[in-house]
Amino acid sequence: MEHTVRMHQILPGQNGIVKTVSADEEMERRFLDIGLIPGTKISCVGKSPGGDPSAYLIRGAVIAIRAVNCAEITLALCGEDE
Amino acid sequence: MGLTANAVGFGAYDTGLIIEKRNPDDKVIALAGNPNVGKSTIFNALTGMHQHTGNWTGKTVTAAQGYCSTEAHGYVLVDIPGTYSLLAHSAEEEVARNFICFGKPDAVIVVCDATCLERNLNLVLQTMEIADRVIVCVNLMDEAKRKGISPDLSALSEALGVPVVGTTAQDKKTLLHLLGTLDQTIDQPRCRKEPPVRYPQAIEESIALVESALNQSVAKQINPRWLSLKLLEHDSTLLCEAERFLGTAVEDEEHVRAMLRTAQMHLTIHGIGTTQLKQHTVPAIVQTAEQLAERTITYQRHDYNRTDRRIDRILTSKATGYPLMLLLLLGVFWITIAGANYPSQLLSDLLFGVQDLLSEQFIQWGAPTLLHDVLIRGVYRVLAWVVSVMLPPMAIFFPLFTLLEDAGYLPRVAYNLDKPFHRCKACGKQSLTMAMGFGCNAAGVTGCRIIDSPRERLLAILTNSFVPCNGRFPTILAIITMFFIGTEGGLCASFSSALFLTLVILLGIAMTFAATRLLSATVLKGVPSAYTLELPSYRKPQIGKVLIRSLLDRTLFVLGRAAMIAIPAGLIIWLSANITISGTSLLSHCAAFLDPFAQLMGLDGMILMAFLLGLPANEIVVPILLMGYLAQGELIEMDSLSQMRQLLVENGWTQTTAICMILFSLMHWPCSTTLMTIRKETGSWKWTLLSLALPTIFGIFGCMLINAAAHLFL
Repeated sequence: MEHTVRMHQILPGQNGIVKTVSADEEMERRFLDIGLIPGTKISCVGKSPGGDPSAYLIRGAVIAIRAVNCAEITLALCGEDE
Repeated sequence: MGLTANAVGFGAYDTGLIIEKRNPDDKVIALAGNPNVGKSTIFNALTGMHQHTGNWTGKTVTAAQGYCSTEAHGYVLVDIPGTYSLLAHSAEEEVARNFICFGKPDAVIVVCDATCLERNLNLVLQTMEIADRVIVCVNLMDEAKRKGISPDLSALSEALGVPVVGTTAQDKKTLLHLLGTLDQTIDQPRCRKEPPVRYPQAIEESIALVESALNQSVAKQINPRWLSLKLLEHDSTLLCEAERFLGTAVEDEEHVRAMLRTAQMHLTIHGIGTTQLKQHTVPAIVQTAEQLAERTITYQRHDYNRTDRRIDRILTSKATGYPLMLLLLLGVFWITIAGANYPSQLLSDLLFGVQDLLSEQFIQWGAPTLLHDVLIRGVYRVLAWVVSVMLPPMAIFFPLFTLLEDAGYLPRVAYNLDKPFHRCKACGKQSLTMAMGFGCNAAGVTGCRIIDSPRERLLAILTNSFVPCNGRFPTILAIITMFFIGTEGGLCASFSSALFLTLVILLGIAMTFAATRLLSATVLKGVPSAYTLELPSYRKPQIGKVLIRSLLDRTLFVLGRAAMIAIPAGLIIWLSANITISGTSLLSHCAAFLDPFAQLMGLDGMILMAFLLGLPANEIVVPILLMGYLAQGELIEMDSLSQMRQLLVENGWTQTTAICMILFSLMHWPCSTTLMTIRKETGSWKWTLLSLALPTIFGIFGCMLINAAAHLFL
């Protein structure tokens, strides 16, 4: 069963596949830079001590993104690691 | 800490890029790549130069060039800033793209990270769209092997249609292979290859329409397919550059304009607006890279990043992230102080021993007393102080810091501190520029280029000098030792010193936050901009190399600069302390004038005078001060901290004076090199003035507050 969440909501250990990307122009370019487009698999690998930003594994690289910047990305939740 | 000979010193401001060929038939090779893939390491290994390297994104903020040669050719290598793409969102991307497109390189080497090849292939594909001769250099092969990642390089080469070479920067053989491939590529005639990326049908058709209208002379100079795409995208910055390059605006030609309209109409019919074009083209590139990666990379283990994630969990978790940062800071200071104690004393004994010898020689030669006093008491003594007090801590601190940097800890600091910077409406990367400031504030200011948003970059530039650079460390440290810990030494004392110093640094960091918050609430209002921060893999630092490089490149260089300033300063200060007007020295006149104000700040006129005269370099503040005091009172041998303490106490120093001195060392005007760098980076005297006023005002008020409190309660 598929469950849709927003990117900043997934917790360390959770995976998802990007369904839609919506962000302001500046952020959208950055997402394209790191290869974050619909269909990309993403897993959350950690949260910083302050609780924000979180670190995500995207196409083999670990990238920290602030919640406010990725709140408009929707993911199809697809399970947990470990 | 981008602290290289170029980054510090008077040449801190770069002067554009002019290619320097040694022979007219030298070939120009651009070295492109994602940030933090070991590009600078390859560049250094090939050219024998010492571009600063470190495990974090965005170290190379300006293009550097170096020379290397094979039997066949001489090459000018240009290390262009690391970028994820060539779409030119940021200053570095624009530099990179413009150089590949208009710098007429004979070939472009795209350096890739073997452990993260898929994303790197995006840049390879984008480069291949522009340049005819591309070589893919898959670096960090050793690291990939350790992680069980094996890219099939020959399959990749076949799929891309360009040479692919695997390298390990420490392995000379792989680099020779790279040079061999470069020779072969250069000897082949240029030819346009199949386009590496295929876009959706409608876009391909529109590109073909525009391309057909471009004339032959343009097509020879810029890849016509790529230029057509940029024309369709209305990429105005690129088209401006192209106009400058070609001497004519392509889009102004009547038939090009007509065809462009037709092509745009064609896109609109298929539901693609001009502004959305990138949303269709970039995914095509990303997907091509994904398919290439699927075909050519095999992973032996699914969890190849497990160790990194485990370390991350310790270094960045809620419970341990901040405490470990503090402990590391404390640990680095402790090792520095404990380790520097003994060699400092040794050097001091040695240098002042030499002073006595020199004095004897002068007397033997029958040299005039004046000459002796100027050279020995003035110039030599300042130099001896700078060397004995500064060299040992720097020689320990820099390598330690570089080890942490090489291992990949700095981005984790930025990650941990992002939240507070976010609260101050600033960019999390400001932690990185702040860390660079520990080495040298001028280098820190230049490093602020890694921040894209102009507002946030200004915040980082204006607040950079709130962390003490290495010119201020020894001063602060010496005062802590003399007035709060005692000069006896020992492990316990050095630990207390380190703890004290850590508190001072934390105060500096707290003030950075306060000043950033203040600025973003007043003159630099705005919302935090979008940004992403890469957390690279941890790498085992190359310890031997770090030791040698940081000692030679940083320590000796910074010391050299300090000495260069100390010598003339020693002369001038000695003169001003010994030229008298109506019985009192020039220095004393000035000091007396400043004294009433300085007293309000818990200091005295001579201290303030020393800070003013120390504008060229913070290293010389204490020597100036000592000379000022010595010239007035009776001369004593000043060869140890305890004697120095005695001199200061004789001149009215109390613990309050010491605290105010530390505070003012932490917060006063940046040195002249930093100010010139700020002027250059901001392009405005207004911001430069603010960067001068901001820490000064903080410092003056801080000192006054402490002084008032001391008078009230002590």
